[in-house]
Amino acid sequence: MIRIGTQELEEIRAHGVRDYPYECCGLLLGRYSSDGKIVSETYPISNAREESAKRNRFLITPEELMRGERYAMRRDLEVVGFYHSHPDSPAVPSQYDLEHAWPTYSYIIVSTIADEAKDLFSWEQEPDRSRFNQEEIKCQ
Amino acid sequence: MPVTITIPAPLRQFAAGQSQFVVEAKTAGEALDQLTATHSSLRRHLFNDQNALRNFVNVYLNDEDIRHASGPATPVKDGDTIMIVPSIAGGAVIESEVSQSLPELSNEEILRYSRHLIMPEVGMQGQRRLKAASVLMIGTGGLGAPVGMYLAAAGVGRIGIVDFDVVEESNLQRQIIHGTKDLGRRKIESARDRLRDINPHIEIETHESRLTSQNAMRLFRNYDIVVDGTDNFPTRYLVNDACVLSGKPNVYGSIFRFEGQASVFWAEKGACYRCLYPEPPPPGLVPSCAEGGVLGVLPGIVGAIQANETIKIILGAQDLLINRLVLFDAWTMKFREFKLRKDPKCPVCGEQPTIKELIDYEEFCGMAAHQAPQPESKLEEITATELNARRLRGDPIQIVDVREPHEFEIARIPGTKLIPLGHVVSRMNEIDPEVETIVHCKGGVRSAKAIEALKRAGYQGKLINLKGGITAWSEDVDPRVPKY
Repeated sequence: MIRIGTQELEEIRAHGVRDYPYECCGLLLGRYSSDGKIVSETYPISNAREESAKRNRFLITPEELMRGERYAMRRDLEVVGFYHSHPDSPAVPSQYDLEHAWPTYSYIIVSTIADEAKDLFSWEQEPDRSRFNQEEIKCQ
Repeated sequence: MPVTITIPAPLRQFAAGQSQFVVEAKTAGEALDQLTATHSSLRRHLFNDQNALRNFVNVYLNDEDIRHASGPATPVKDGDTIMIVPSIAGGAVIESEVSQSLPELSNEEILRYSRHLIMPEVGMQGQRRLKAASVLMIGTGGLGAPVGMYLAAAGVGRIGIVDFDVVEESNLQRQIIHGTKDLGRRKIESARDRLRDINPHIEIETHESRLTSQNAMRLFRNYDIVVDGTDNFPTRYLVNDACVLSGKPNVYGSIFRFEGQASVFWAEKGACYRCLYPEPPPPGLVPSCAEGGVLGVLPGIVGAIQANETIKIILGAQDLLINRLVLFDAWTMKFREFKLRKDPKCPVCGEQPTIKELIDYEEFCGMAAHQAPQPESKLEEITATELNARRLRGDPIQIVDVREPHEFEIARIPGTKLIPLGHVVSRMNEIDPEVETIVHCKGGVRSAKAIEALKRAGYQGKLINLKGGITAWSEDVDPRVPKY
């Protein structure tokens, strides 16, 4: 289960709409708890993929992630997951997502269609990396 | 020296749940060795079997990636922080489920396609898609040659080729799929051998026939994508309509002299060829390459663009040449691009289509697809053999050659007067109306036009067209005159 505030969810949706038709991406900062994760901040990141691939790819460079990690550490938070958008496609992980994901983290995907954010789901990878399971989002 | 190592959340389960360790080490590698000595299962997540850091793991010493320093040998100081940072990427991929059913690649194939595989835009999945894909090429001429060769080299799993011609000497200036040893062979056989030589891992299917309204739908059904490498309007409209009716993308290219065009006509996603050109030009208005010539390298460039777009369609790339027409001028070396729009009134892909099955395209284009257009009015003709006989008899005749001066330099019929087609009317007074005039060009088309133009302009003398032009003269009368 991932607990996240309405404000943070709104920020994710707004980022997705802002970057349409490209994919947006960012970090979810918060804490790990006994029953999942608590998100207390979103950390938008500029999609590092080249122009032509941005419509269906995102890449967070290790430098950016490291900066995000350090920022989180200073605030006594941790990276608990990532969010990204799927322009004009459903908010479900692709094969590409699966191949490039890590267990433990939460992956929030928001589907964007033109200037509107549609479905938003959170996903967690099976420890053996074989598939994604949908994760309950508890809005606070 | 004591250094701190931080572990990202996904790897903590392999490190007793801890997020930080303090170890004693002189280098970054030593620090990681220390860590993994106590937490052995962590090691396989950080290092591969060759003991190199895995691609999706980055190790930062303070703010620097150790790959950019001295790798594991990078020295550490007291109080340094080593951070293990995972790579994070992802994205929507349409048809993601397809991947399970894609064919596997053998080790040989992996080696062969390695330059593709290391690019994430292709990767294993993309290469497997190429292997699963099938493409039908119409024609193995100037355009079909590079298309076929690049698609075969790229590993497109099944390539169909349609052609009915044989390899002739004048093909070899541009049709690089065929060689001198193939002269006189059937093009599909010569092309098949060349493609097999380029890539033995793919299937080549040959269809020796003209593409017709009767066989097009049946042929297209078995392929994902159709590549149009034809050189005439009836076949071009046939390819377009059959692609629209069968829902296949039509990767279009055409060439003339120094100019080429390319686009992707895919009715489900954008304009089709008929949206761009609802009707063919009047017969004879646009000369063929045989009449007007073509720079040999031009189909190489345009065909390579077609191969490029075909591969992009297979890989699911964005930014295809859909609704875009690329015009290329090899002489000025300029590319231009025009936006195309789907025509809602298009008779084949519009909202209320009137063409729901294939029609007679030769009738539609007002000419036979594989022969020169016939002029409208009755034209008096003479064969090369008859002309020769008349000359030998000493008949009072004059011969006017309406080709261009550079063609005149290649080959000429002795005793002829050169007046290029564009000047026949303005230089009409140079043709004596009291004497019978034989008009000739390369194949008989331009001379027929010249005769019509002269008649329209009021020329009173008798004009006779040389059937088959200087080509027929070379074949039937004087083989010393070179064919071109």
